[in-house]
Amino acid sequence: MAEKKSLGKEFTKGLIAENPVLRLVLGTCPTLATSTSVVNAIGMGIAATIVLVCSNIVISLLRKVIPSKVRIPAYIVIIASFVTIVQMIVKAFVPALDAALGVFLPLIVVNCIILGRAEAFAGKNSVIASAVDGLGMGVGFTFALCCMASVREIIGAGTFLSGAQNLLVLFGDNVLNGFNGFTLIPQDGYISPMLIFILAPGGFFTFGILMACANKIAEKKGKPRAELGGCQACPMAKNCALLAEGKECSDKKEDETA
Amino acid sequence: MKIGLSILLTAILTENFVLCKFLGICPFLGVSKKLNTAVGMSSAVIFVMALATAVTYPINKYLLVANDLEYLQTIVFILVIAALVQLVEIILKKFMPPLYNALGIYLPLITTNCAVLGVVLLNITNEYNFAQSMINSVGAGIGFMLAMVIFSGVRSRLESCDIPKFLHGLPIVLIAASIVSLSFMGFTGLVDGIFG
Repeated sequence: MAEKKSLGKEFTKGLIAENPVLRLVLGTCPTLATSTSVVNAIGMGIAATIVLVCSNIVISLLRKVIPSKVRIPAYIVIIASFVTIVQMIVKAFVPALDAALGVFLPLIVVNCIILGRAEAFAGKNSVIASAVDGLGMGVGFTFALCCMASVREIIGAGTFLSGAQNLLVLFGDNVLNGFNGFTLIPQDGYISPMLIFILAPGGFFTFGILMACANKIAEKKGKPRAELGGCQACPMAKNCALLAEGKECSDKKEDETA
Repeated sequence: MKIGLSILLTAILTENFVLCKFLGICPFLGVSKKLNTAVGMSSAVIFVMALATAVTYPINKYLLVANDLEYLQTIVFILVIAALVQLVEIILKKFMPPLYNALGIYLPLITTNCAVLGVVLLNITNEYNFAQSMINSVGAGIGFMLAMVIFSGVRSRLESCDIPKFLHGLPIVLIAASIVSLSFMGFTGLVDGIFG
């Protein structure tokens, strides 16, 4: 019973309390780039979740075999293998999604959420807990992406779930009577969609506002605001945080004294 | 020559890696607080991008494509880049201490930077030849530097501004980035206008 309860906690913490995008500020690049439409966001979220769960399971299985000195390269190889598999599956079965995500599909390899979870969780915990943690984080990532994408798609393109058939093609032709999204703001109406929200500046702006909302909610609950320093899970965090303060890398200092 | 120049200008201005393509956002937000760290980090990025392209291009052409192993690109490239950065760090430390002191501390940060892997993969999707790939990589690096330097200026101004409380910290930085990115949109069509 106790085991079950803690597994539930592992899952739910990724959704809100430790949401990888809005609380830990990990994986900002794919968040900004693939949130132009809700369908792309869901596709990216699912792809990242599959990689996250699979790599967490394998890394957790091998955690006693991998020597700690070479663990980062080993993790990267495992993650890269799963990314390649997902990439091939997407290319074969959902080609429209492959075209929409472009270079960001192979770039899941360097998504710091995945390497971060491997380093912070899967390398230390049991297989089942790691799998649940991966699933929770993946769903949290998808959730944050969908929040961003909903705002950007509705304001920027005036549609919602546009291009849904690109994903539904997995279940056969013309699923849900060929449902292909709603049109909320017609192109030739009195008001036209604000294209800028689909473009790069809109991405930064939406993310900033969403982050402010997440901070506000966190503050009400007595939790600290999200900071970029939240990427402690990242293997480079030590250097990164030090750099941000303008200090020098600790490795280097050790070398000089040696 | 004309093609080379247009690739260079596109990579620096119209298709800026950070502000238009969203690659390398983490260092852009993390290391842009001060001008000198911004310059150091981006010089290291230019250096590694050029080196990574120079090494991965022949590997891709003569090893992967020649043997129908293109599907291994992601794994091979990330490993080659990681190994390369380690190697460069060791060599610089031994033979070029001044350069190591300038770039050394930034090098380990770049291994898992999506901008470096991104530029290598984009060179292949765009089917550039070796010279064009090199120009594109250097251009992308210069574009990264330009964005970092401009943004470090914006951020130093932000420090002394009266910002609404709920926007303190990361949100205002992102909104500032949005405005800088908006200004880069002004370059749209520039390259076509000059070379079109």
